[in-house]
Amino acid sequence: MKDNQRFVTSYWRVVLLVARKDLRAEIRGRELISSMFLFAFLAVVIFSFALELDREARENSVAGVLWVTIIFSGMLGLARSMAVEKDKGSLDALLIAPVHRSALFYGKALANLLFTLVIALLLMVLLTVLFNISLFVWQVLVVLVLGCIGFTVSGTLVSSMSVYARARETLLPIMLLPVILPVLISAVRASGALLAGLKAEDWLPWMQLLALVDVVFLIITYFLFDYVVEE
Amino acid sequence: MIEVQELVKTFGFNPVLRKLDLKVEAGQFLVLLGPNGSGKSTLLRILAALARPTSGLVKIGGWRLPDEAFAVRRQLGVVSHLPLLYDTLSAAENLRFFAQLYDLPEEGMDDLIQSSLAQVGLARRANDLVRTFSRGMLQRLTIARAILHDPAVVLFDEPYTGLDQEASSILDDLLRDLAQQNRTIVMTTHDIQRGHALASHVAILSRGKIGYLGATSAVPSGEILNLYTETIGAGQ
Repeated sequence: MKDNQRFVTSYWRVVLLVARKDLRAEIRGRELISSMFLFAFLAVVIFSFALELDREARENSVAGVLWVTIIFSGMLGLARSMAVEKDKGSLDALLIAPVHRSALFYGKALANLLFTLVIALLLMVLLTVLFNISLFVWQVLVVLVLGCIGFTVSGTLVSSMSVYARARETLLPIMLLPVILPVLISAVRASGALLAGLKAEDWLPWMQLLALVDVVFLIITYFLFDYVVEE
Repeated sequence: MIEVQELVKTFGFNPVLRKLDLKVEAGQFLVLLGPNGSGKSTLLRILAALARPTSGLVKIGGWRLPDEAFAVRRQLGVVSHLPLLYDTLSAAENLRFFAQLYDLPEEGMDDLIQSSLAQVGLARRANDLVRTFSRGMLQRLTIARAILHDPAVVLFDEPYTGLDQEASSILDDLLRDLAQQNRTIVMTTHDIQRGHALASHVAILSRGKIGYLGATSAVPSGEILNLYTETIGAGQ
């Protein structure tokens, strides 16, 4: 019992240690957030000019614009987050440490989740201004957190695989987009229904599906990461 | 300390290590020589539990890889030609991060970090960001990181890559110090004379097999280049 407790404590300590290290590096370097935000800002501005729509059409498209922009800007961050570790060899230094490798993975995923959530919240502000629709509904925020968990957990795993490839920048979206399709579809459907003011029966099943996908991704990545990073 | 029997490693259909046998006793300093593609780095990555053997037996300190990798990693330190450090953190922050990752006691950690930095001549740069360091300073900090948890075995993969004369000579001194601390050291290098001068044993790899293994004292420094060329030639 004591051994189990010690394992859990030490496991979470490593998760938080890795996440804290990534956050500290980002606060100092501001490489990820700035490039992700710049991309997201430009994408939303382009969307707002390209889709000069009436109010109803804007309401119908805003959820799609939100999630497509989160995913494409998030991919920039995911690619960079792992590439930095690989290029400096620090990924090897982490893997050599006598810790459970999945704890290293969840630490990286947690930091990526926080970066993606920051961008997603800034995006919601931008879309509220440019599309003149308030996105700040508490259920939409729940969908946002669930969607970002599914995206960053699967994305961190796929980026750990693609980082070893020569054409990693092109490989990441090709490998990741089919994997996150269930996350994207259920997040867009749930947030779309919520923003349209539909009944719970129209958005709740999508939200439940999103939560289920998150749990599946969290479990699969626990077992897969060790095999992904070992040659 | 390190025991390798009939080790095979293939990438796809390409065999890199072909039934390689190697034994390194505790406290020995083995230099691994060989041309590019002979399998030196692959062997080191398997010993570091970063790559999985296709077949064969690999044991470090009595623990078998990859099944008992967790126990092996605790007694390993690794230095490569890459810094294995975070350039947005300071030297002390880097060492603290790895000390915590290795679950070293918080009590006395600051002293340990300071003494490790002093050992590699970087005590005055403890709070400077690693991105401001020269290549030689990075390599010294990498060594401090690798030995922070007092490992019994230290693996060096081409540690001289990119170092100038002065930095190389500082690295020589550090390697001599480590060897005197009775650690088991395995180092790959293309600098044959330097490797021969530092190590207690030499192994020459050719096409995924050990072509020669013996004490450096048995090979005069003037003969090592001939021995290397002959061994590589015989393996072709």
